[in-house]
Amino acid sequence: MQTKSSTSPTPASGAAPVDTSLASVVARIGQAREFGLLVVLAVIIAFVGVQQPRFLQISNFEHILQSIAIIAIVAVGETLVILTRNVDLSVGSVVGFSAFASANLLKNHPSLNLLLVFLFGCAIGAVLGAVNGLLVAYAGIPAIVVTLGTLNIYRGLDFAVAGGSEVSAFQVPTAFLNIAGDYVLGIPLLVIIAAAIALIAGYFLRYSRQGRQLYAIGSNPDAARVVGIRKSRLTFMAFLTTGILSGFAGVLWASYFATINSGAAGGLELLVIAAVVVGGVNIFGGSGTMLGAMLGAIVLGVIQNALGVLRVDQFWLQAIYGAAILIAVTLDALVTRQVQRLLIARRAQRE
Amino acid sequence: MMNRLRSLSQRMTSWELLLVALLVGVLINGANQSPYFLNATSFSLMFSDFSEKSIMVLAMMLIIIVGEIDLSVASILGFSSAIVGDLFAAGWPLWLAIVAALVVGGLAGLFNGLLVTRLGLPSLVVTLGTLALYRGAAYIVLGERGISTYPNVFTQFGFGDIPGTLIPWTFLIFAVLAIVVGVMLHSSWVGRQLFAIGANKEAARYAGVAVARIKLLLFVVSGLVAALAGIIFTARFATSRADNAVGFELDVITVVLLGGVDIFGGRGSLLGVLLALFTVAALRDSFALANYPDQVQSILVGVLLIVSVLGPLAVKRLQDAWIKRRHVVSSQA
Repeated sequence: MQTKSSTSPTPASGAAPVDTSLASVVARIGQAREFGLLVVLAVIIAFVGVQQPRFLQISNFEHILQSIAIIAIVAVGETLVILTRNVDLSVGSVVGFSAFASANLLKNHPSLNLLLVFLFGCAIGAVLGAVNGLLVAYAGIPAIVVTLGTLNIYRGLDFAVAGGSEVSAFQVPTAFLNIAGDYVLGIPLLVIIAAAIALIAGYFLRYSRQGRQLYAIGSNPDAARVVGIRKSRLTFMAFLTTGILSGFAGVLWASYFATINSGAAGGLELLVIAAVVVGGVNIFGGSGTMLGAMLGAIVLGVIQNALGVLRVDQFWLQAIYGAAILIAVTLDALVTRQVQRLLIARRAQRE
Repeated sequence: MMNRLRSLSQRMTSWELLLVALLVGVLINGANQSPYFLNATSFSLMFSDFSEKSIMVLAMMLIIIVGEIDLSVASILGFSSAIVGDLFAAGWPLWLAIVAALVVGGLAGLFNGLLVTRLGLPSLVVTLGTLALYRGAAYIVLGERGISTYPNVFTQFGFGDIPGTLIPWTFLIFAVLAIVVGVMLHSSWVGRQLFAIGANKEAARYAGVAVARIKLLLFVVSGLVAALAGIIFTARFATSRADNAVGFELDVITVVLLGGVDIFGGRGSLLGVLLALFTVAALRDSFALANYPDQVQSILVGVLLIVSVLGPLAVKRLQDAWIKRRHVVSSQA
C-alpha cells in the first residue's frame, strides 16, 4: 500500500491512495490489537502455568471458555452498540430479569418445551432492548442517561416480580439445568453456542451492508447521514439485538447457575464492557472487530481463572476489570493520536 | 408578601415551576400513603437519609454544567469509607484516618480528571472504569470485614441533630456547601466560566478560559466531596463496609438532570437542583414509609431520570413543529 501511494503518478488518483493508506493503517492496528491480545494471553498462561502446572490442563481451558461463554454472548451485542458510539449499561439487568423470569416460568410449568423458554427469554430481552433503542435512537436521549435509568428500572421490575424469592435448582427440570453442562463432540455446548453467535455476528459486521453501515455511523455520523444511511434505524437495531442476546443469555444464566434470585447478573455490564474495550472496540465508535471482543472476553476469563489458581483473593477482580477498561481506552487514545500524527506527517511529506 | 411571591415566581423558569408542581404532587401523595410522612421529624429523617447524596449532587451539578459526568462518585464514597475503617481499625487516630480518606478521595478525583483532560478520553468511559476500579479498591482494602467500633462522638455527628433543633448536623454541612456553590455559580466570574465551558468549549478556550485546568479541578472537588460523603455515611451507619452506597450515582445524576441542568452542559441553576433534590428525597421517603423496598423505588427514580431529559427534548420538538406549521400557514396566506 505504501509503495503504491508513493508511486501513484497522477494527481487525479492521488486522493484515493491516501484513503487506502489510512484504511491499511487502521486495519494494521486492528490486527496488531488482536495479535497483542494473543501475546498477553500467552504471557499470562506461561506465567501462571510455570507456577501451577494444573492451570495448563485442557479441562481448565474448557472450564474458562465455559465460564465466559454467557458474557461473550452479551459482549457480541454490546460490541454492536459501542460501534455506533453508544453504550448499554442495562445488559446486566436484562440478563437478570430474563434469568429469573424464565426460571420462574419453568418452576410453574415444568413440562414446558425448553425451546419455548428460550423464546420467552429472547422476547423479554427484545422488549427491554427495544425500549432502550427507541429512547436512544428515536427520542435522541444520550445512551448513558437512558441505560443508567433502565439499568435501575429493569432491576427494580425484576425485584418487584421476584419479591425476595428465589428459584432453586430442585424446582426446575433437570433437562433444563443440563443444557449449560452439556457437551457436543467433546466441546461444552455453551462454548459452541457463543462461538456460533459470534461467528454469525462477525460475518454480518464484516460482509453485510448493514454491518459496514454500523462502522460508518460510529466513525462519522454526519457523513453517514449524508450518504443516506438510516442511522436511527440501525442504532435501534443494535440496541434491540443486544436486548435479544441478553435475554437469551439470561436463560442460559438460569441453566448455568441453577439457583436464581432478583440479584442475578448484577454488575455484569462492567465485565461485558471491559471485554469489549479490551478487545479493541473503540469507545469513540467506528472501529473494532467481533474477534477482538471475543479475545477480550477470553483474556478476562483467563485472568479470573488465574487468580483462582494462584489463590489471589477474588476481591481483586472488580479492580482488575476497572483497570482493564482504563488501560484499554488509554492505549486506544495514545495509538489514535500517534496514527493521526503519522498521517498528517505523511500528507505533509507528499505535498 | 403576595407581591414578593409573585416576583419570585416570575423569576423562576417554567421548568422550575413544573418542579414545584411535581414536588407538591409528591408531598400530597406521600401524605396520602402514610400518616407519618408530613411532619417535622419525618422531614428531619428524610434530609438525614439524603446527607451524602445531597452534597454529591452539588459537585455533580458543576461537572455536568461543564459538559462532563462522574459515574465514580459512589465508588469513591465506598473507597473512602473503607480507608477510614481500615486505618482506624489499625490503630490510627480517627481524625488522621479521616484526613487520609479525604486525601485519597481527592487523588481519586485527580486521576479521573487527568485521564479526561490530558488524554482527552470521554469522562463517561473513564469514570465507568474507575467506578469498577475504586469499588474494587474498597474490596481490596476491607474484603468482607465490617468496621463498626467507632467512638460515640463520631456516630453522634452522623445521626444526631443540632441540640434543641430537628436539623441534622450533616444537613448543616450541605447547607454551607450549597451556599458556597450557589454564590460561586450564580454571582461570580467562576460560574460564568463554567457555563461558558459547557456551552462552547472551544469558544471558552479562545476567550482565555483555562478549560482543562478548571475541569481537572472540578474532578478533584468531586472526589473530595464524595470522600466527605463517605465519612458522613460511615458515621451515620457507624459502619465501614466495601459495598457502602452501591448505586448512589443513580439518585445523584437524576437529581441534577431533573433539576434542569442540561446533560450536554452549559445550562442549569442551583434553585432547580435544590427543588429536584427535595422532590427525589420526598419520593423515596414516602415510598419507603409505604414499605416499598429500595429497588422498587429506584424504578421511579430511573423513570424520572429518563423523563427529565426526554421532557425538554419533546417540548422543543413540538415547539419546532408548531413554528414550522405557522410558517407554512403564514406563507400560504
